[in-house]
Amino acid sequence: MAKYLEILKKNAMLIVLVLVYVFFCIKTGGSMFSPMNFNALITQNAYVFILATGMLMCMLTGGNIDLSCGSFVCLVGAVGGILMVVKNVNPGVSILLMLLVGVVYGCVLGFLVAYVNIPPWIATLAGYLAFRGWGTALLSANSSTGSIGPFPKSFLKIFSGKLFETTIKEFNVICFAVGIVAAVIVVVVNFVTRAGKVKKGYEADSLIAVIVKSALSAAVIILFAYKLAKAGGIPTVLVWVVAIVLIYSFITSKTTLGRYFYTIGGNKEATRLSGVDTRKIMFFAYLNMAVITVITTYVVIARLQAANSTAGTNFEMDAIAACVVGGVSAYGGSGTVFGMVIGATLIGVINLGMQLTGVDADWQKIVKGMVLLGAVVFDIMAAKKNATK
Amino acid sequence: MGRILLEMKNITKTFPGVKALDNVNFQVEEGEIHALVGENGAGKSTLMNVLSGIYPFGTYEGDIIYNGEVCQFQKITDSEKRGIVIIHQELALVPQMSIGENMFLGNERGSKAAINWDETYSEADKYLKMVGLSESSRVLIKDIGTGKQQLVEIAKALAKNAKLLILDEPTSSLNETDSRALLDLMLEFKKQGMTMIIITHKLNEVVYVADKITVVRDGSTVETLDCHTMEIDEDRIIKGMVGREITDRFPKRDKSIVEIGDINMEVKDWTVYHPIYAERKVVDNVNMTVKKGEVVGIYGLMGAGRTELAMSIFGKSYGSDISGKLLIKGKEVDLKSPRAAINEKLAYVTEDRKGNGLVLSNSIRVNTSLANMVGVSSKGVIDMDKEYQVAVEYKDKLKTKTPSVEQNVGNLSGGNQQKVLLAKWMFTDPDILILDEPTRGIDVGAKYEIYCIINDLVREGKSVVMISSELPEVIGMSDRIYIMNEGRFVGEMKAEDATQENIMACILQAGRGE
Repeated sequence: MAKYLEILKKNAMLIVLVLVYVFFCIKTGGSMFSPMNFNALITQNAYVFILATGMLMCMLTGGNIDLSCGSFVCLVGAVGGILMVVKNVNPGVSILLMLLVGVVYGCVLGFLVAYVNIPPWIATLAGYLAFRGWGTALLSANSSTGSIGPFPKSFLKIFSGKLFETTIKEFNVICFAVGIVAAVIVVVVNFVTRAGKVKKGYEADSLIAVIVKSALSAAVIILFAYKLAKAGGIPTVLVWVVAIVLIYSFITSKTTLGRYFYTIGGNKEATRLSGVDTRKIMFFAYLNMAVITVITTYVVIARLQAANSTAGTNFEMDAIAACVVGGVSAYGGSGTVFGMVIGATLIGVINLGMQLTGVDADWQKIVKGMVLLGAVVFDIMAAKKNATK
Repeated sequence: MGRILLEMKNITKTFPGVKALDNVNFQVEEGEIHALVGENGAGKSTLMNVLSGIYPFGTYEGDIIYNGEVCQFQKITDSEKRGIVIIHQELALVPQMSIGENMFLGNERGSKAAINWDETYSEADKYLKMVGLSESSRVLIKDIGTGKQQLVEIAKALAKNAKLLILDEPTSSLNETDSRALLDLMLEFKKQGMTMIIITHKLNEVVYVADKITVVRDGSTVETLDCHTMEIDEDRIIKGMVGREITDRFPKRDKSIVEIGDINMEVKDWTVYHPIYAERKVVDNVNMTVKKGEVVGIYGLMGAGRTELAMSIFGKSYGSDISGKLLIKGKEVDLKSPRAAINEKLAYVTEDRKGNGLVLSNSIRVNTSLANMVGVSSKGVIDMDKEYQVAVEYKDKLKTKTPSVEQNVGNLSGGNQQKVLLAKWMFTDPDILILDEPTRGIDVGAKYEIYCIINDLVREGKSVVMISSELPEVIGMSDRIYIMNEGRFVGEMKAEDATQENIMACILQAGRGE
């Protein structure tokens, strides 16, 4: 019994997510469960998943955040708009130039934070204020409406729309097949990992646990694939999200670089005296954040099909909220990409659910604030309980 | 027999899964200094937390009888109102505030609406005089040394009308002179009728001040020794603490096996300046040699510049404007970062294991590999299995007590944390280990094990530099001893010539020579 309680506790957020989802499904009379809303859940929240990955890396180093990313989306979007729409620069070249803007900003920010020792929230507060203004200025200088668009088709195709579109609109078979392949891969990986551990005599989950875990994840993937197939195909942006999530999962859990993010958050001085160049890691965290922000920008402007001055508003808060709700410590040193994904999904589900049930916009904000607070309180209480054990 | 001021009767305190205190009985007479001794985790602090109301009435069993009345403290202020004041090991002062502000923090002078600063400072000065501190109460805490800060803590306790003063490891961060002054102050208070309980690991202090000694072991009080009716020495107390006679506090090295070889490291004319106050010399023209298979002791009081010397050698991780030569195995090296030092097979095991040694929120496994991630990874990808094996290997080798290497280091006792820290550095495969206060704040049993590890290290042909402010330890463990005072080496002697007296004489002479 105690074991099951432990499992429940470990996956508390996941369970909350399922409960909230079921609640909204009932409340909306099944509309939440429709293919269209599956699709919406992904496309509406893609930016949070991507941006929060970068934010996670910053937060791991000691609760450091980046307030400037939302405004930076606006600025980079404006740059992209000017390049692709106004100046008719080739989209490929434009993508690289936008990335270059991100690298330059990331280097400056990283230098300020890591080498000049400016507290990150102050260093990024400057960008928060400046970039929105700068982006808006660029937009109004190049367009009478303050909005630049539409973007060339070839650009939109990379970051929005659907993959493998077929002539049969009702059910996209390729999409469903991809889902089944993905589910099989997940199951195989689960079993191979366990077999490896057992063979070497390490502590491993019980066979039943692996079977249950595999079955559940396979079921979720296939369900998604089915719903997306009915909605016309895999949203292109999902590929970006999955790729980034997988890459950063790997970095944080399996590499020495990722390990240093955690130990710096746990004890910076001990990490430094262990021969790690902690400044380099801090620098990298913010350089990485800027690059991730640029990738977010691609996705956002492709979805809106235009660059405008309100793009990216409050994105920094959404990313921080996703991390915190997903169990990333506000003091640094702990948190996982998986947790962040759950957190981001939970917020996404609440958002969508409230929209569908027609909750007043002001109330939506109140609810989101309460969820955030509740998650942090829960986290701290759980940590306390563990400590007194 | 004086009047019993405090009696704790049949106290039992259980945490989930462990009985921290088991039917403890403890009596303190009015006007005495009562020492509470025991190994780490024996339950001393838990007992004091029960007494002061940190663990409120109802969370433990048994009675607290104070001044003839049964007390039911719900929180700290309840016990403070009755005159029971506890001074914790970690100083609880706000560095950016003045002495006076700190002294009346939470106990402010003046009306409910506004603080009366004149009253605050004049009262503060009065209490400072009582503890013999000549600073003005307007001076900021960060501008005075730890010795004086400890006195401020005591003055703060007096300001709360303390009748029973509990001092938890009051001298752990003080140097010898300040410690002695503090102990003398305690004796002075005793004359004025104050009752005190002192918790300490330093047994010489216990012998110096205590009227009675109560030994706690495994959550129970084992015995109470009366220093006036019995002849008490340190060995007698240790016997009570560990439950057996320790014949030899320092394990012997077999000199026929451990051969002292060539010079492994040489430091020449090493001078280091303070990183912030650039004109202040912290290490002044130090020359030192360390041979293969040798334990070199560096003895010095706190603030003598020992840690600064070690850290400046270790990849210039401390200080500014470092000059001098560092030779490792006869080759001159310029170590610009801790990484460079590690690559030259140098290791520095810090004195501050919680502050800059370990990542407390991470597991033993993660901490063990932290300084040598290359050893458990390939192309930047960690081999988790290998990392786990390494951690287990060192856990077994150093006899670290833990259910699993996945345990967070923060949950371990001081002695076991020290072992994890040692494991981390041993895994970097160093030739020269600088151990800075390797046994600080850990109990007698764990100390012995650390000494054994040191012996094993030199047996493997490594060199150990042991920095310590405990004289018996330096004399007992070293082959050769350097004596450091105010940034300079003021003496060097072989272990067989060293006695506590001539080492202290060395320091006193150097002090007079100024």
